[in-house]
Amino acid sequence: MIKHDTIEKNLPLMIVMIVIALSWAGMVEIVPLFWHEDTNKPVEGLKPYTAVQLEGRDIYIREGCHVCHTQMVRPFRAETERYGPYSTSGESVYEHPFLWGSKRTGPDLARLGGRYSDEWHRAHLYNPRDVVPESVMPSYPWLFENKVDGRLTPKKMEALRMVGVPYTDEDIEGAKEAVDGVTEIEALVAYLQHLGTVVTKR
Amino acid sequence: MLSTFWQVWIMAIVFGSMAGCGVLIVYSMRGHRKEETTQTTGHEYDGIEEYDNPLPRWWVYMFWATIVFGFGYVGLYGLGNFDGFLTVKVDGEPVTWTSTNQWKAEVQAYDEKLAPLFDGYLATPVAELAKNEEALQTGQRLFKSNCSVCHGTSAMGAQGFPNLTDHDWLYGGSPEKIKETIMYGRQGAMPAWQAVLGDEGVIEMAEYVRSLSGLPHDAEAAEKAAPAFAQNCSVCHGADGKGNQLVGAPNLTDDIWLYGGSTKQIQFTLRNGRAGKMPAQKEILGEDKVHVLAAYIYSLSQN
Repeated sequence: MIKHDTIEKNLPLMIVMIVIALSWAGMVEIVPLFWHEDTNKPVEGLKPYTAVQLEGRDIYIREGCHVCHTQMVRPFRAETERYGPYSTSGESVYEHPFLWGSKRTGPDLARLGGRYSDEWHRAHLYNPRDVVPESVMPSYPWLFENKVDGRLTPKKMEALRMVGVPYTDEDIEGAKEAVDGVTEIEALVAYLQHLGTVVTKR
Repeated sequence: MLSTFWQVWIMAIVFGSMAGCGVLIVYSMRGHRKEETTQTTGHEYDGIEEYDNPLPRWWVYMFWATIVFGFGYVGLYGLGNFDGFLTVKVDGEPVTWTSTNQWKAEVQAYDEKLAPLFDGYLATPVAELAKNEEALQTGQRLFKSNCSVCHGTSAMGAQGFPNLTDHDWLYGGSPEKIKETIMYGRQGAMPAWQAVLGDEGVIEMAEYVRSLSGLPHDAEAAEKAAPAFAQNCSVCHGADGKGNQLVGAPNLTDDIWLYGGSTKQIQFTLRNGRAGKMPAQKEILGEDKVHVLAAYIYSLSQN
């Protein structure tokens, strides 16, 4: 029989056993959901991101917004009062990877779209203190100078199509042109203004 | 609903694990000495050694207790397609516990408590509600959670976002107009005049606009812009520059500047136009809360 000593002194064996121990609950809690309708069926009205929104999302990831902001309204009254309807899995069907996040240094952004004007977002991202004096968010002035590089946009869309996002050939063909000359701030604001707008009613 | 395969999968792993834990406890306790000993486990680090004593009894019982707890938990909260016996009250009826039903129950309990209060507020005209201390406190909290992001915690605004305490209103400061603004939003529309006025025209017009508020300006340049103002700007801002609340055209004579009153800022506004936007709150907050907010904002300009 295997002894405690044997595992402690054999690193590869210990790694394998830790992986098994950690994945154990996931086999019950996560794996069956891969084939479950609730998690695979898009909510009504859900569309893939436009080319500009998609590039905005990549900027969101690049700047690490998801480190301080969640995109997940949990089903508690306090949260739905503050942020809007709670998030459902059907909204995230086209999210690869999802950006639910795990820590709220700033507020949740799952229902951000339409809450504030484009102008506010621009002012806020240029220097958050200009509109919210007590904010600890960093400034992102370079977004106003950089242009989106559209060379990779069609490839990103193709990759997403491979994992199930229903982009059409026209979407992919027109992608480069759609983001041509768009600044990073425009792309990011387009993405932010779209967040959570598919589901508006509680 | 889960398919039979996944239901069996889940049940097999869960109950298998629970049984496995029991087996592990029994197995690891077998052959253990019952009494305390001075014999060590045989390894030593920095002179620290460990007695090879059995686990305390209460400790072992706690392991068993977690397994019993596990069965209780499954019974209450369910497993896969089995719903569990725990219920919450939704629409007055006990229904199966789910996180969604729990949320519904929580919201309904609060709505029941708060509905009479908000209904009462909604039935009170905004101007009268603005004298109700309790409603104003609610309004202030709503303002801080929802409006302060643009208008500031003290409602004094920021560049591009109106100050709500200065008695100067773009779309009107009557209780009805304030409520209308919050409910349905506003879309400012100052066109860009670069193409019409030209470089020189913009510079002159900025001087003219500053002159309207009695700010230091180049009188000669301002004089030159007067005809262009009468021809273009007066349509919205009025011949005297006092603005028009029907279209949200600001009063240019009161030295209150939404986008700044420096020569440079005014030139920028003239060249590029402005499109300030107040987002509609009807869908987000609902009329009952908007009503209380309107009372709060109205109260800010009543002293």
